[in-house]
Amino acid sequence: MAWTRQILRVNLTDGTCIAEPLNMDWANQYLGQRGLATRYLVDEIDPKCDALGPHNKMIMATGPLTGTMASTGGRYSVITKSPLTGGVACSNSGGFFGAELKSAGWDMIIFEGVSPRPVYLNIVNEVATLEDASEIWGKTCWETEELLHVAHQEPQMRIASVGRSAEAGCLFSAIVNDLHRAAGRSGVGTVMASKNLKAVSVRGTLGVGNIKDPVRFMESVTAGKKVLAENAVTGEGLPALGTQVLMNVINEVGAMPTRNMQEVQFEGAHKISGEAMLEPRASDGKPNLTRNGGCFACTISCGRISTVDRQHFSVKDKPQYWGNSGGLEYEAAWALGSDTGVDDLDALTYVNFICNEDGMDPITFGATVAAAMELYEAGSITKQQTDGVELKFGSAEALCWAVEQSAVSAGFGADLNLGSKRLCEKYGRPEMSMTVKGQEFPAYDPRGIQGMGLAYATSNRGACHLRGYTVSAEVLGVPEKMDPLATEGKAGLVKAFQDATAAVDSAGLCVFTTFAWTLDDISPQIDSACDGDWSPERLVEVGERIWQLERDFNMKAGLTGADDTLPDRLLKDAAKSGPAKGKVCELGNMLPEYYQLRGWTPDGSLTPETRSKFGLPA
Amino acid sequence: MQKSLNIDPAKCTGCLQCEMACSLENEGIFNTSKSRIKVFTFHEEGKFVPYTCTQCDEAWCMHACPVDAIVVNAATGSKDVVADLCVGCKVCTIACPFGTVNYNADSGKVVKCDLCGGDPQCVAACPTDAITYVDANATGLDKMRQWAGKTDTTVGG
Repeated sequence: MAWTRQILRVNLTDGTCIAEPLNMDWANQYLGQRGLATRYLVDEIDPKCDALGPHNKMIMATGPLTGTMASTGGRYSVITKSPLTGGVACSNSGGFFGAELKSAGWDMIIFEGVSPRPVYLNIVNEVATLEDASEIWGKTCWETEELLHVAHQEPQMRIASVGRSAEAGCLFSAIVNDLHRAAGRSGVGTVMASKNLKAVSVRGTLGVGNIKDPVRFMESVTAGKKVLAENAVTGEGLPALGTQVLMNVINEVGAMPTRNMQEVQFEGAHKISGEAMLEPRASDGKPNLTRNGGCFACTISCGRISTVDRQHFSVKDKPQYWGNSGGLEYEAAWALGSDTGVDDLDALTYVNFICNEDGMDPITFGATVAAAMELYEAGSITKQQTDGVELKFGSAEALCWAVEQSAVSAGFGADLNLGSKRLCEKYGRPEMSMTVKGQEFPAYDPRGIQGMGLAYATSNRGACHLRGYTVSAEVLGVPEKMDPLATEGKAGLVKAFQDATAAVDSAGLCVFTTFAWTLDDISPQIDSACDGDWSPERLVEVGERIWQLERDFNMKAGLTGADDTLPDRLLKDAAKSGPAKGKVCELGNMLPEYYQLRGWTPDGSLTPETRSKFGLPA
Repeated sequence: MQKSLNIDPAKCTGCLQCEMACSLENEGIFNTSKSRIKVFTFHEEGKFVPYTCTQCDEAWCMHACPVDAIVVNAATGSKDVVADLCVGCKVCTIACPFGTVNYNADSGKVVKCDLCGGDPQCVAACPTDAITYVDANATGLDKMRQWAGKTDTTVGG
């Protein structure tokens, strides 16, 4: 139970929407959302297919706790083959869209084929229809939401859409829901646009019931909320400062990737930190941050709601950006700020608005601009390509120009929209791309936090902090403090985090709960809601099964153990300052042990024993 | 002591825990569309405002009802819909100046907040105390304290 047991299959080529029963055998092995949708994807597509061709499929999936009162239980994921990495893409989003989809009676939607013309999918409970999208094609995500609300006369409808960047083929386009929440990474928006699917609009009034033991469920939900409220990170730090609570912390430990990861500390960090967002501006006396906001059912509420200074050059003549919208999270602030050397808080907030409005992943966008800035300073890119713009580290003007170019893929924006790997290859300096498997790094330099190096190298979706966030243990001491500069014990740590995270994602919960919750807090919530046994041990097993399945897909797609590596800059160039000064990331000390713990061969392939242990499909 | 709901929108994060608690209590399901309390988001202004019945003393809905299906709960002071009497005419939904009595097409009756009989579940669920259940005579006490705290009492101040 807790699943609706219904999935919606949308064939865009034929224009059909058909209900199917959920495969409950798979639900029992893979729980929901990330895990369960990956099981469907593996079953239905050729891993070697063109990610942007008609044979790729895209799945929007909720978890069993999505749409319930479990704190943070509002999430959905988009699972598909990534055009950026060539491996599995799985991008998770909050907001309200996922819960609305579940409340309309659907565990997931599988999109297949390509529509002959632009369409959007409209769902009102059990009725799903493909509608002509000619009025919204070419519009931003923000315009699309407004137009669909008006067209359907339904202000409570929730919408997920792609922006103009995705339509133009930007390889790191996001799917944006509720204006400023996004399934952001790995180009899932690019896949959606390649199918001529502009948006999914949902109104769900059926609700989520079918809870196995409602009394025990509410007891465990209430207990879980109490744990979050009493924890210093989830009860105080995140509500007050958002994920931006980390900006100064990570800078101090010397793990703040700066100027395309050439340095590990940013002298301007304090100007773009969570604390800086609370400082009154000189112009109008208001701080950047208006207030915090929560996603569906979330009792942490780390979301930032911000404004840009109306007198700032980026918006001075654009009153449409004077209102509140989604503010800077740590990853966006780092990628748009420290990695490009820009310390102008208003510029970063504006650029983040545009990333939300036209659906670009701000991590990959910021890191790609950073790579372009290094290429420019090295003379590989000149003013000829940039239309006369000085694309130098630290230039807020250049950053704002770049985001406007990228949003519509104009001029040099088309180059940026390749992502840093293809951009650096195009300009003959592949070593300047800071990526794993083609995807850009997030905000933790693995020279200063060694476990993250292994987590990045082995992440199934390329460089990513959300597959195994060992920062928790290595910096914050959760569940216990480990030396961030040591490599001993990190293989086991990374594996444990990767497996637990896969289970949390698959339940429909937010990984930020794990600053306070262990699987002992999470398990009773799932177990009382869902049929079957969902003990902590079982969740670890399911998490590992999901990890192995994703890995297996990637191997079949053509990735190999040789792709489990980091750029030379992180393996050979020592950190220049801070506690990690003189250190490189010692990946070689961790990787063989990790392979062994995973039950893989020395070259990173799954052994037959491992495949059979987890019951993976052939 | 009569108590009433006290809503402080400045504390609301828009998480909808109150809406789910309400629907669970009254409909037995997590379903925000069936909640008697609603949180409105004003995106451009950056604010969230929970809104529900304030239990007027001279309740328009109660006076308008042609079949006396809305009655005062003596214990809590809430104005409760007696479902067995309600004929679904919706006159109360027109009479209410605040829009907080609503028709439920599934049951053919109107629904409104009844303070859960004196233990409002929205209050229990709210993670930020944006909704509290306090002495009806002193709903302004927190705001008074807040402003009182701004008084400068330094000598010669």
